[in-house]
Amino acid sequence: MRLPCPYCGERDAAEFVSRGDAGPVRPMNEADIFDYVYIRDNPAGPIREHWYHAQGCRNWIVVTRNTLTHEIFGAVLARGGGQ
Amino acid sequence: MTRYSIFSLAAHALAGHKRWRPTWRDAAPRDVYDVVIAGGGGHGLATAYYLAKVHGISRVAVVERGWIGGGNAGRNTTIIRSNYGLDGNAPFYEWSMKLWEGLEQDLNYNAMVSQRGVLNLYHSDGQRDAFARRGNAMRLHGIDAELLDREAVRAMAPFLAFDHSRFPIQGGLLQRRGGTARHDAVVWGYARGASERGVDIIQNCEVTGFARHSNGSIAGVETTRGTIRAAKVGLAVAGSSSRLAALAGLRLPIESHVLQAFVSEALKPILPGVITFGAGHFYISQSDKGGLVFGGDIDGYNSYAARGNLPVVEDVCEGGMAIMPMIGRARVLRSWGGVCDMTMDGSPIIDRAPIEGLYLNAGWCYGGFKATPASGWCFAHLLARGEPHEAAAAYRLDRFATGRLIDEKGAGAQANLH
Repeated sequence: MRLPCPYCGERDAAEFVSRGDAGPVRPMNEADIFDYVYIRDNPAGPIREHWYHAQGCRNWIVVTRNTLTHEIFGAVLARGGGQ
Repeated sequence: MTRYSIFSLAAHALAGHKRWRPTWRDAAPRDVYDVVIAGGGGHGLATAYYLAKVHGISRVAVVERGWIGGGNAGRNTTIIRSNYGLDGNAPFYEWSMKLWEGLEQDLNYNAMVSQRGVLNLYHSDGQRDAFARRGNAMRLHGIDAELLDREAVRAMAPFLAFDHSRFPIQGGLLQRRGGTARHDAVVWGYARGASERGVDIIQNCEVTGFARHSNGSIAGVETTRGTIRAAKVGLAVAGSSSRLAALAGLRLPIESHVLQAFVSEALKPILPGVITFGAGHFYISQSDKGGLVFGGDIDGYNSYAARGNLPVVEDVCEGGMAIMPMIGRARVLRSWGGVCDMTMDGSPIIDRAPIEGLYLNAGWCYGGFKATPASGWCFAHLLARGEPHEAAAAYRLDRFATGRLIDEKGAGAQANLH
């Protein structure tokens, strides 16, 4: 698997660390912390997820990937909300 | 159904092996059951078997999307052990170990349970202390554990790289009662035992939804072979637990991850039992056919693909070379991946779902195969009596909210680190 780092170009997945689903956003109120920390949609299909390019540019990126096929649709820098 | 013995084998041999009957009945779905279990793997079939045998509930259907034992029951590294250190885990896995020890006599089926020992190597003073502590915790739970020094390990496995420059072997924690079992035979044995007691095993029958009463409680399952009504539905579909739970509107503290395993060409007997590397993640045993069966870490990213990537292959092989360089010339024959449930503390869930009539047996990853008998036993207890079995009482769904996590590895709430 190769990930298209927006800064470095396409690089081997071994250079990256996976942090998982980029969907959950740290909530401002305590009541939603449990969901944020523990509960996951765990989709079978496209997922947006955080990867850290530890062996490269050290950027956090958001990769869109299909969990059923490992097909990768694209990646953007996470900085700025990954938009 | 005929009872297997040396005499029945001899009779079949004399008859030219022409009178063998199928060991279990491939059933078509009926309209109503007392209990429907989704998932015809080891856990689902063991649950059905113990429901019928221990609790006398035989109007049970096991519905399986593909064929029985075609998922993770056929994709593991066949290791059985109970060398866990935490209170929530140790009694459960030890109960499983005890069931393994009597399994073949109970099922009248050769599951090739072989207690050849599980040896966890340690490579530093700190790791030795941690292993001593785990061994002591095990003994307090009545589990066998021996802390071996370097020379005792050398006597068992002289071929190990004791003087590795970075990870010298200082000793190991040994559980002699651990070992391996034949994974497919476990599935077939449970299927035979359940089928014999009236359980319907229904293959090629995928759950596509849940039938609900007007008050929201479970009325049965919708499947590709029609609606099957049941007051109680148990999910034993580790790897796909989130997908089925989503059909009932539930979200779980689970991510699906791919775990790879490997087998080499057949070699003469070289490994005395199961050996694990303490400084990386690598575990290996030798099958009775001679193949080295080994594995390591999960790939680390969400996956339902049942296949992994090369970085983990490299990592696993590096782990192997670090402790037993002699296997470097052996060729890898096959590798495969299984989709596991990874919970946020790495431990399983055997509990009621927050929907009346729905029960969860989920969260199985590294511990899945070895847990098969106890998982079935405890899940059957929960389904039949509506209360958790004492050995699995800690595997609650709400433990993530109440803070009673069972984090054997101490890695925190990140699924891919367990």
